[in-house]
Amino acid sequence: MNLTGAQMVWESLVREGVDTVFGISGGAVLHLYHALPDYPIHHVLVRHEQAAAHAADGYARASGKVGVCLATSGPGATNLVTGIATAMMDSSPIVAITGQVATPFIGKDAFQEVDITGITLPITKHNYLVTDLRELPYVLREAFYIARSGRPGPVLIDIAKDVQAATGEYEYPPEPTLPGYRPTLVGNPRQVAQAAALINAARQPLILAGRGVILSDAAPELRQLAEKADIPVVTTLLGISALPETHPLSLGMGGMHGEAYANLAIQETDLLIAIGARFDDRLTSALRRFAPKARIIHIDIDPAEIGKNIAVDVPIVGDAALVLRSLLPLVEPATHPEWLKQIAIWRAQSSERDILNQPMTGLCPQYVVRSLYEATGGQAIMVSDVGQNQMWEAQYYQHDRLRGLISSGGLGTMGFALPAAIGAQLARPDALVWVTTGDGGFQMNMQELATVVQEKLPLKIAILNNGYLGMVRQWQEMFFSRRYSGSHLLGPDFCQIAAAYGIASARVTEPEQVGPTIARAIEHPGPMLIDFRINPEENVYPMVGPGAALEEMIRRPTAPVLAQADGGTPEEAES
Amino acid sequence: MKHTLIVLMEDRPGVLNRVSSLFRRRNFNIESLTVGHSETPGISRMTVVVDGDDTVVEQVSKQLYKLIHVTKVTDVTSEAAVLRELALIKVHATANTRGEIMQLCDIFRAKAVDVGADSLTIEITGQEDKIDSLIALLRPFGIKEMVRTGRVAMVRGWSGNGSRGARS
Repeated sequence: MNLTGAQMVWESLVREGVDTVFGISGGAVLHLYHALPDYPIHHVLVRHEQAAAHAADGYARASGKVGVCLATSGPGATNLVTGIATAMMDSSPIVAITGQVATPFIGKDAFQEVDITGITLPITKHNYLVTDLRELPYVLREAFYIARSGRPGPVLIDIAKDVQAATGEYEYPPEPTLPGYRPTLVGNPRQVAQAAALINAARQPLILAGRGVILSDAAPELRQLAEKADIPVVTTLLGISALPETHPLSLGMGGMHGEAYANLAIQETDLLIAIGARFDDRLTSALRRFAPKARIIHIDIDPAEIGKNIAVDVPIVGDAALVLRSLLPLVEPATHPEWLKQIAIWRAQSSERDILNQPMTGLCPQYVVRSLYEATGGQAIMVSDVGQNQMWEAQYYQHDRLRGLISSGGLGTMGFALPAAIGAQLARPDALVWVTTGDGGFQMNMQELATVVQEKLPLKIAILNNGYLGMVRQWQEMFFSRRYSGSHLLGPDFCQIAAAYGIASARVTEPEQVGPTIARAIEHPGPMLIDFRINPEENVYPMVGPGAALEEMIRRPTAPVLAQADGGTPEEAES
Repeated sequence: MKHTLIVLMEDRPGVLNRVSSLFRRRNFNIESLTVGHSETPGISRMTVVVDGDDTVVEQVSKQLYKLIHVTKVTDVTSEAAVLRELALIKVHATANTRGEIMQLCDIFRAKAVDVGADSLTIEITGQEDKIDSLIALLRPFGIKEMVRTGRVAMVRGWSGNGSRGARS
């Protein structure tokens, strides 16, 4: 059939199963927007292109499908950059489509021209500049194939304006075969057998589950492995929800602000089974003292992740679900009562220190998050921002819903939560979606409240408002002699901001208001924003300081003892 | 230790940029890089010399494989391989010194490819150390201009480049 380039884009998107795109129009995508109303695709008009990329990412994370965003050339394209980099770091499948100036103008510094394929080279899995209409159908097909297969990631397609306008023959190409791109999916049987032997011999085994488990839909297999061989499970931040966090074998998140008992388990285990995790510095802390007693099995679909940060004993390249399926029959049923008892003791010790088990003064953010958990039964889709709010959310909300936490882990992008939640809510219209954010991150993309209203999304927004860039302040308190340089933040009246958009809101300053206000927000049919005025100088504990090993956590000072670190000599300060 | 990698890639616009950008952002220490056509139309062949231990070189190889257009990476460091570099050296030469320079060229099996009134342009092919030696000997005469291609490599014997360098 004969189509314009613009029509080919939409035709291909429909065939790829896309029903929602996030974008903003502009000069170089006018042809695309002109053709759009003829196709069954819902366009979400965001207010800043960064939000389009985050929303596509949030859509992808909530649905497991490819998210799509759209922007014009020049500033439209550069505004996508942070969102694309966020998706790259967290292996999120998105396709970003940008308009480019017409072919004769490329390289001439034309109006709104920018080399976006050059700019996004290091932050995309692959990218394309299309200057020939005949290539367009193949590029679109390849882009989706690459974005969703193997280790997923963002793909950008930059399409010259004259290519969008030109007319040519269109045929939907077959699934591409790329000679340089053949992801290994099935684990090497010899390696799998070795892994099984180690698991069967281990006395204190531990699973470390990362986002790869969720991306490959391996949650059922993970659970089977954990239950069959009685192996406790620590997750990375992005691995949260791979196993329901109320599962008896779940130890929650490990790492810099991980649960103390999770970190102690990592340091004491004799066999660490890492599945779809990449040993990020926020998990490992001092790399040379990470899991010192453990042999390590590393299952990952990306060969480059194996041996990148840490030497492993048994590497297995493959899709987590397929590898686990081949591993499970070789794993013998086992129990590890001594090991689990030790962990239970550590867990009880953590519980004693928990701020929620101390007399509470003021409004504790941890209490707010725990109340959100209780009100939603762990079944909401939580979309957290970055910083203290993100860590409190991860610590105090027990995610029982698979894909129930959406957060920017690798890039740590403040301002991510609101637009990502827009994408998540559109992907899961029937789900209860909560944004948890700080006052700093919220102000980085709060223009998207307009999109929330325009799309009639019933998002619930909890701002943990402490008037600071809180994590920065915490580092300054601990490692920079309490010099709060550039971290005090004068915010607006968030309730008035909400009111300006016609969004319901409430301010909470007392603990007794927390539960009822959350209940009211959940009952409210539309979006609602709650401004929680939390204790301004609350810290995230435990914390593994810079240069320290995981067992050297700075713990919350217990009541009668003065603030002191029980270990951890900060060698260098880096955030 | 220096490793020699042979990289085959689809000949697409920007592919060299993808590779060089990868080296920079992953902080790999690249000594030299040459690229040109291979025996297969549409496939370019690159020879890269990387300085680093085995772990680093393994990462280089794995990261290269992540580029969609890269089809094959082979580390030929431990193989019997022909390693060659080409250099053009324009050296100051007078009627008095020309003969001496030509003698040096003979020893190195280099050849004069251009003669000017006060210069001689020499072409030499060989391993880096051989070229280094000639350059050292020519330097006292005054080197006016020089260009070196960087290393190209080919494994000796029958093994084509499709037969080794399994994907990890």
